[in-house]
Order: sequence, then C-alpha cells, then structure tokens
Amino acid sequence: MAATQAGMKRFYTLFAVLAVVGLGVLGYLMTRPATVSIPANVTVQPSDTSGFAGYVKGSPSAPVEITEFADYQCPFCQTFATLQMPTIEERLIDSGRLRWRYRDFPLQQHSFSRLSAHSAACASEQGKYWEQHQRIYGGQSEWAGVGDAAPIFRKYAQAVGLDVGKYDTCMQTSKYAGRIQADFNSGVALGVNSTPTLLVNGRLYRGRFDSDAITKLVDSLAPRAAR
Amino acid sequence: MMYRMTAVLLSLTGLFISAYLYLYKIGKIGSLACGTGGCETVQWSPWSRVAGIEVSLVGLLGYAVLLAISLASLQGTFAERRSPTTMLAGLAGVGVLFTAYLTYLELFVIHAICRWCVASGVVILLIFIVSLLDLRRLTRTRYR
Repeated sequence: MAATQAGMKRFYTLFAVLAVVGLGVLGYLMTRPATVSIPANVTVQPSDTSGFAGYVKGSPSAPVEITEFADYQCPFCQTFATLQMPTIEERLIDSGRLRWRYRDFPLQQHSFSRLSAHSAACASEQGKYWEQHQRIYGGQSEWAGVGDAAPIFRKYAQAVGLDVGKYDTCMQTSKYAGRIQADFNSGVALGVNSTPTLLVNGRLYRGRFDSDAITKLVDSLAPRAAR
Repeated sequence: MMYRMTAVLLSLTGLFISAYLYLYKIGKIGSLACGTGGCETVQWSPWSRVAGIEVSLVGLLGYAVLLAISLASLQGTFAERRSPTTMLAGLAGVGVLFTAYLTYLELFVIHAICRWCVASGVVILLIFIVSLLDLRRLTRTRYR
C-alpha cells in the first residue's frame, strides 16, 4: 500500500511538473513580442519614396483625382472601402472619369495600422496591392482585436497568391516603414488629422463619404476639369 | 493503474498541443513553430473548421474531457471499475477516426502536413491503445 502511495505521489509530481511547464510555455508564447513589428516615426530617406506618392487606381488622364488618406484599422475607413468603393470604382474609376490615390495615414492609437499598411506595401512589390488592400479591409474584424495580426495578414498574402517567401522577407526587413512614414508626414503637411480624409484635386474635401456624394462631386467637376 | 496514469499524462500533452494550435488560430500567439510552413496552410484552410467550430477547439475540449475521465479513473471509487476506461476507449476511438479523416485531408486535399496535428494524432492513438490495454487488464483480473 505504501509502495502504491509512493507511486501515486511520484505520478502527481510528474503531472504537476508537466502542467506547470505546459502553462509556462503557452504563457510565454502569449506574452512575447509580436513576430513582426513595423517601426513608427522613422526618419524618411529619399530612397524610401523615390517618386512614390500613393497607390493609384484609374486612368492617368482622368479629369478628377481623389487622394484618400486612410488607416486600415479605422472602422470608418473599412466601411468606406468595402461598401462605397466598389460602387465608386464601377461608376467612376472604371469609366475613366476618376483616378483614385490611396495613401497611408496610420493612427497612433491603432496597434496594427503600420503592420497592415506594410503588408499591403509588400503585396505591391508583387503586383497585388489592391487584392491585399481589399483582403485587409474585408477582414478587419478578424484581425483588429487579436494579439498578433501578422499571421493573419500572411494568410491573406497566401490567399491572393503572393510568393510567401518574398513576402516574409519584405515584412521582416520593414523595408516600407519609411514610405509609410512619408505618407503620414505628407498627410500632416496637407492638414489631415483624421481618417479617412479625401483631397479632391488636391483640396481637402469636407462632404459626405458615400458613393452618391462622390458621384455628384465628380459630375460637377469633370466637365470643368476636362475643358 | 499504470495505463491510466499514462492516459492522464497523454491527455494533458494533447490538451497543450490543441491549446497551442487554438491560441495561434485566434491570434493570441505569433507564428507556429513549424519548420515546413505546412501548419499555417492547414490551420488556415477551409477544413480547419467543422460546422463553424475550429478543429483545434474541438481537440481542446476533447482532450479536456479525456483528462477529466482519466484523472477520475485514478480515484479510489473508480480504481477497479471498467466504466472510466470504457469511456476513455470509446472517446479516444472517435478521436482516432476523426484524426484519420483529418490526416487524409492533409495528405490528399490540402497537400500540406501540420507537424502539431501529427503529434496530436500520435497522442490520441496512444491514449486509445493504453485504454484497450487497460480494458484487457481489467478483463483478465475479472476472470482470474
């Protein structure tokens, strides 16, 4: 009986050790720093931008250009990107009346703003910027509240058909941190202080953010700009 | 008793593996430690959910139940009863079949292997085997 009790004691000791080690490992994994982080407020080098001034969609000869300063983690930007943009694209961009320029304006209060912007930038070097852009906005509810969004963006990268090896290298080297910062600095210089902010032909837009309002705006500007 | 103790330790191991995969899936830990990259492919595939529930969560709950039963089977009241072991064998048997189906998906549908899923598969198979061995022991004791 004594031998059995000693055996049970040894077993429970082993059980406790295994439980503590397992919980310790999981605890460590949950609290360690994120796998990829994109530095903020980096000093922008000329090579960071080299002529880059946002991601452009639409005809170069379109009479109206709208520049959007937005943050992937901003809920309003998400609604605009997923509900209004498809109509704007169909009505105005595809018909050659409007050119859209998207620029990053990562807000400080959002933990994954820069990471998401960087993920899209890494997709751009493989020619899939807009695909990744839409995935990130479309999946905002999936990643905005997690501890580390990098694996989710990586999943999107896989889904849009990126070379994941090249994508990983791009993310780990933070090579577009300067470009994102340059966009942010440009926004500040232009008077942007919230997201989304639109500039219509270079002037700050203070109107409604829906496809009908944008269509009316382009309707009113296009004849003048085309002249 | 040896088989039941083994079942407890295996269930705890399986519980941690499932917890690791589930925490990864809900974004609470970074990337998975998986050399081939197959783990992420499997974890983000459409087959990583069953009826809208994460497979890793199903595993987590399953191992928790197995752990509770195997721990209970060590207590004096149940020490020589067949019922806890029968339950363990039944549940682990279902787990083995489910794992076999998931492994088939990995090999022939997803075309990627998740090492942690394989590890969990080995654990559930071992729990099934030790449960059967314990059942055999109890049968022999009964007819001795």
